[in-house]
Amino acid sequence: MNEIILQIDGKEAKASEGMTVLEAARDAGISIPTLCHHEKLEPYGGCRMCIVEAEVSGSTQLVVSCVYLVEKNLIVRTRSGKVDRIRKMILELMLAHAPDAFELQALAGEYGADKNRFEKEASFCIHCGLCVRYCAEVKKKNAVGFVDRGTRREICFVPEIAAKECWNCKECFPLCPTEALQAAFVLTKALISP
Amino acid sequence: MPRINSPEELERFRQDTISRRDPSKPCISVCAGAGCLASGAGEVITAFRAEIEKQGLRTEVNTKGTGCPGFCERGPVVVIYPEEICYLQVKAEDVPEIVSRTIKEKKVVDRLLYVDPNTGERATHESEIPFYKNQERIIIGNNIKIDPKSIEDYLAIGGYSALAKVLFQMTSEQVLSEIKKSNLRGRGGGGFPAGRKWEGSRNAPDPIKYVIVNADEGDPGAFMDRALLEGNPHSILEGLMIGAFTIGSHEGYIYVRQEYPLAVENATLAIKQAQAYGLLGRNILGSGFDFTVAVHQGAGAFVCGESTALMTALEGRAGEPRPKYVRSNIVGLWGRPSVLNNVETWANVPLIINNGADWFTQFGTERSKGTKIFSLVGKITNTGLVEVPMGITLKEIIYNIGGGIPGGKKFKAVQTGGPSGGCIPEKLLELEVGYDELTKAGSMMGSGGMIVMDEDTCMVDVARYFLNFLIDESCGKCTPCREGIRQLLKILTRITEGKGSEGDIELLEELSEVAVDASLCALGKSAPNPFLSTLKYFRDEYEAHIREKRCPALSCKGLIAYHIDPEKCQACTICLKQCPAGAVIGGKNRIHVIDQEKCTKCGTCFEVCPSRFSAVEKISGRPVPAPIPQEERMIRKSKNK
Repeated sequence: MNEIILQIDGKEAKASEGMTVLEAARDAGISIPTLCHHEKLEPYGGCRMCIVEAEVSGSTQLVVSCVYLVEKNLIVRTRSGKVDRIRKMILELMLAHAPDAFELQALAGEYGADKNRFEKEASFCIHCGLCVRYCAEVKKKNAVGFVDRGTRREICFVPEIAAKECWNCKECFPLCPTEALQAAFVLTKALISP
Repeated sequence: MPRINSPEELERFRQDTISRRDPSKPCISVCAGAGCLASGAGEVITAFRAEIEKQGLRTEVNTKGTGCPGFCERGPVVVIYPEEICYLQVKAEDVPEIVSRTIKEKKVVDRLLYVDPNTGERATHESEIPFYKNQERIIIGNNIKIDPKSIEDYLAIGGYSALAKVLFQMTSEQVLSEIKKSNLRGRGGGGFPAGRKWEGSRNAPDPIKYVIVNADEGDPGAFMDRALLEGNPHSILEGLMIGAFTIGSHEGYIYVRQEYPLAVENATLAIKQAQAYGLLGRNILGSGFDFTVAVHQGAGAFVCGESTALMTALEGRAGEPRPKYVRSNIVGLWGRPSVLNNVETWANVPLIINNGADWFTQFGTERSKGTKIFSLVGKITNTGLVEVPMGITLKEIIYNIGGGIPGGKKFKAVQTGGPSGGCIPEKLLELEVGYDELTKAGSMMGSGGMIVMDEDTCMVDVARYFLNFLIDESCGKCTPCREGIRQLLKILTRITEGKGSEGDIELLEELSEVAVDASLCALGKSAPNPFLSTLKYFRDEYEAHIREKRCPALSCKGLIAYHIDPEKCQACTICLKQCPAGAVIGGKNRIHVIDQEKCTKCGTCFEVCPSRFSAVEKISGRPVPAPIPQEERMIRKSKNK
């Protein structure tokens, strides 16, 4: 593996080819907030919290660090006025659905996000897809998936599979950034009315 | 049908086909595109066949259903060759007269000709109709000449000669350099140079590569790709094969939305025919080049027009976009280099190969070459598909070709680029149509939808309409798009309902910034465009809605009221009888009054009130006058006369 030197927040960081900017930053002890990232799962790029500024030969663009791969002479800025504004808005949009989620509240404190900015629609799920992807990629069971699209998109257990697989697993529950509330709720509902 | 095994055999077959056809034999061409079929072209074709049989002309006249020539407003369209007499809005009842008069007596049926609404002059031939005359129809012009279900028709107009040229007279480097020289840019919206896209795939080391036709046309009001794929499917196949040869691909897909059943049918048939003739499959025309292609039907998701979502769907998964930091011409379908181009882009390829890049670049502006097909819809006299050289002004399209705004209304804006595009106001009508020019004006070329709006259209409501379209069509994967569109739509809806408040515009702008900067794919990144462009050019309308609770276009139901002017009302009882809500109070000789509590603002009274009275008015931004007292409602006899 070729070693790549890049700069993150003014510090030189070493990474190997094929690594994402997020991995390189974490190796260098620089934290970037994420909500849909999980080490065991394929990068997803859904929540967009890990957005950073990436400068290559003088031109800067906004990229999500969990998907963007390191390259030579890359200059990364993990905080800027623009990045912070985007993260604040993303949090406010999510807080309309899950106002009491601890993880969101902690980030809201850091980015000054107002959990009452948008009218509440308490659906709890922030569509990080951790449960769906964990069940598919790690457990290979596909007991839970997304149904529908756009704003109607929601997670849903497949009753036939869930009735067999979920009772002894429940490994997705602690992954849920909104405290597994909805996972438990949807699971129960699916199981009692197959 | 015997296989064609060499370019010489192809030419011989073509000459045979042409020589078997007598150019002086009358041919009745009826548009069998989806638009004309919907207005009865199927019955017209059946009627022609029956009538010709009845009059004993079966051996003397041909009848065929052809591709769409674009003049959908006046369909079903019939063109009679060799004179090229063009009849519009033909019904089955007109057929006996056409056969007797035009075919037998060689006379023209005047009442079916195009009449210029301004001069009253009739046009006998297609080429004399202003709608066609002012176009540059290098692609769509062939549609009316061929039966899309007949490969022989395509061969007779020179079909597959570009493929033969590429396979036997050119190297793949030469083809690539010709396409690059032509500066053909993607017709699906992005405008990315096709040659550069092809080159990336060509240079990628992976031995397995794919070529794909994007026929997932989904913009509201856009149907140019449908017309091409339905009307001339072989030209798309030929372009695709040339692309495949250039990059070294042996497998292709046509991704077409299932809402286009006729396009699916004609494309599938074209593939079968091409296979039978040895123009597709193994060892094409004896060249050693192998290529197969399959039709894949989309399951009905707008987002699948986005390249990575389309590829994900082709792989058999839910059509969601994936990050594009490595382009799909390098890592695309099943992780392989994949060239995906729009239908119209592929249709240009055989023309460029046959006529050369220099011929192609004579059309257009410095950075946008060739022609573009637009679907001209909305408040426009001549609805239909128009093919124009790049660089033509919007004004020329709307007035010279489109015939202006019907009903004496005033032009307000034209929306280009579909839900990702924007609205262009009257002051920019001199704008030259091109990729960069439209983007600079805050809109985009998109795939070619062009929706014309008149003074009765509320621009805030237009933005709301497109966001409402997108809320169902976002895939929902990333937060800025899914949640951003949700909130944008909520606020816009509130404003059109008269519940907007100070700060709404700023909040909309803030949400837009995040969607533009942080969304995963182009759908989310461009979703705020309908709002941003209308705000840019029509900010006063937003402010009127929010501050004065007034809709300047008198269109938003939440902000208007209907009122009957007691001075003008003649108590004719028309509106009273037709009001579906029973909200009109009155009677014979009693001035009518609208009960505002019951009124649903459907506008029926406004439409049915005789224009000589024009007593019903729309009111916005000011209180409705109090109803006149009961005792004053009787109409005096003198007024009745």
